[in-house]
Amino acid sequence: MILELAQVEIHRRSTGGCVQNDGFCPDWIVHNLDRYVDPFREQVVLVVVSVAIGFVIASALALLAHRRRWLVGPIIGVTGVLYTIPSLAAFFLLQPITGRGSLTAIIALVAYTLLIIFRNVTTGLRGVPAEATDAGRGLGLTDNQLLWKVEVPLALPEIMAGLRIASTTTVGLATLAFFAGAGGLGERFVGSQIVFKSNVVVAGALCVLLAVALDLIILLVQRLLTPWTRARAT
Amino acid sequence: MHTTLAFLGQFGDGIDFIFHQRESRGGGVQVGGSEMLDLTWQHLKLSGAALGIATLVAVPVGLVLGHIRRFSFLAISVSNIGRAVPTLALLAFFAAYLGLGFGNVVFALTLLAIPPILTNTYIGVYQVDRDTVDAAHGMGMSDAQIVRRVELPLAMATIAGGVRTSAVNVIATATIAPLAGATSLGFPILNAQIYGPEGQIGAAIVVAVLAVAADVLLGLVQRAATPRGVRLEAEDRERRSFTMFRKRGVQTT
Repeated sequence: MILELAQVEIHRRSTGGCVQNDGFCPDWIVHNLDRYVDPFREQVVLVVVSVAIGFVIASALALLAHRRRWLVGPIIGVTGVLYTIPSLAAFFLLQPITGRGSLTAIIALVAYTLLIIFRNVTTGLRGVPAEATDAGRGLGLTDNQLLWKVEVPLALPEIMAGLRIASTTTVGLATLAFFAGAGGLGERFVGSQIVFKSNVVVAGALCVLLAVALDLIILLVQRLLTPWTRARAT
Repeated sequence: MHTTLAFLGQFGDGIDFIFHQRESRGGGVQVGGSEMLDLTWQHLKLSGAALGIATLVAVPVGLVLGHIRRFSFLAISVSNIGRAVPTLALLAFFAAYLGLGFGNVVFALTLLAIPPILTNTYIGVYQVDRDTVDAAHGMGMSDAQIVRRVELPLAMATIAGGVRTSAVNVIATATIAPLAGATSLGFPILNAQIYGPEGQIGAAIVVAVLAVAADVLLGLVQRAATPRGVRLEAEDRERRSFTMFRKRGVQTT
């Protein structure tokens, strides 16, 4: 990071004017876009891996709690505390145990997604109309068949909504992951660069772009998985 | 203290740092102990100012928009867009364009706190039973009276929920305030060369405790703000859905 700062300093002196004044300089942006490639890639990996792991754990918990309803309270309680602990604090609290690096960042980010996804999967499963499940039972479906062929598909819109919230939030939190030594776009904001307008605009725009892109991808997957909702709409 | 907390390893050091002053890593300065109290106060000042201003701005706007039942796009989309902008990017943006310092950090944190409160106020008012509002109209209440005496009390719990969400967010984000030139509990976290890992962990513990405490406290406020009738209704609904689950043969205990 110190090397990076040194590079910025050298660059400022050599280009003068706009960059020296921490201004918004299109030329500088065009010439320095490659500075953002690696952090952007790290950010994407952090977000995708964390949300994927969070989705698997939270969905498993939700399916478990669907059968044993008394588990809902305790799970909401525990994941609620994990959700409330600021991720930046979590990055440091985990360091004595997992050290610095991506692992620490991913654990904290996963912990943060659990409540969001769990809540949405549970709400989705509970919102399945009783007529649908009754009809399924009437057809002679077993509990497992009922779950996978009736309840989960009908809960998909709610589940995907949870995934969307989780991914957008995680993009934001992953900008802090460099505090845990996991890189990402956040690194571009610290030090003297925080007042460098060109840098702030590019790094900020990349974060928002990533959030929007992930949101659209999940929305697209949802459309593909639930063709019947589209048929009803038209 | 040292011996009793030794088994906690680095956590023990962190906790010890919160309660006992010591010389900084570079020497010369006393850090930890009472300094943490001061940093906590700075942290709360930042968060409180932002949350207060956000509430004063977002609640009236949400009440009006919810009452006229329009501009839902504004009230709801604002929070969705707000979520996509990383707090660090927001803070950096204001630092770069407005400058460093307490006031600008409060401004950035306020913008962060507004969306959840605005959305919740709007939804809280919007979902007030139309019959109730019609009855109030029939009794000859003016719009202002309806907002103040019918819609606001019935939306209170939802509004408190929004303030709760914002409070936790703001306390978390105030941690990176030192990057933009305002002192907070993030200072030891961001300056490891002065405070060492024990300072980082100590400050992280205090931040986490503050966030959880704010969440619990405002959760109690939220409960207290729920009108008794609404609470009974909710319990009734819960009981009914419980029996419904039983009827459907889902295992309950």
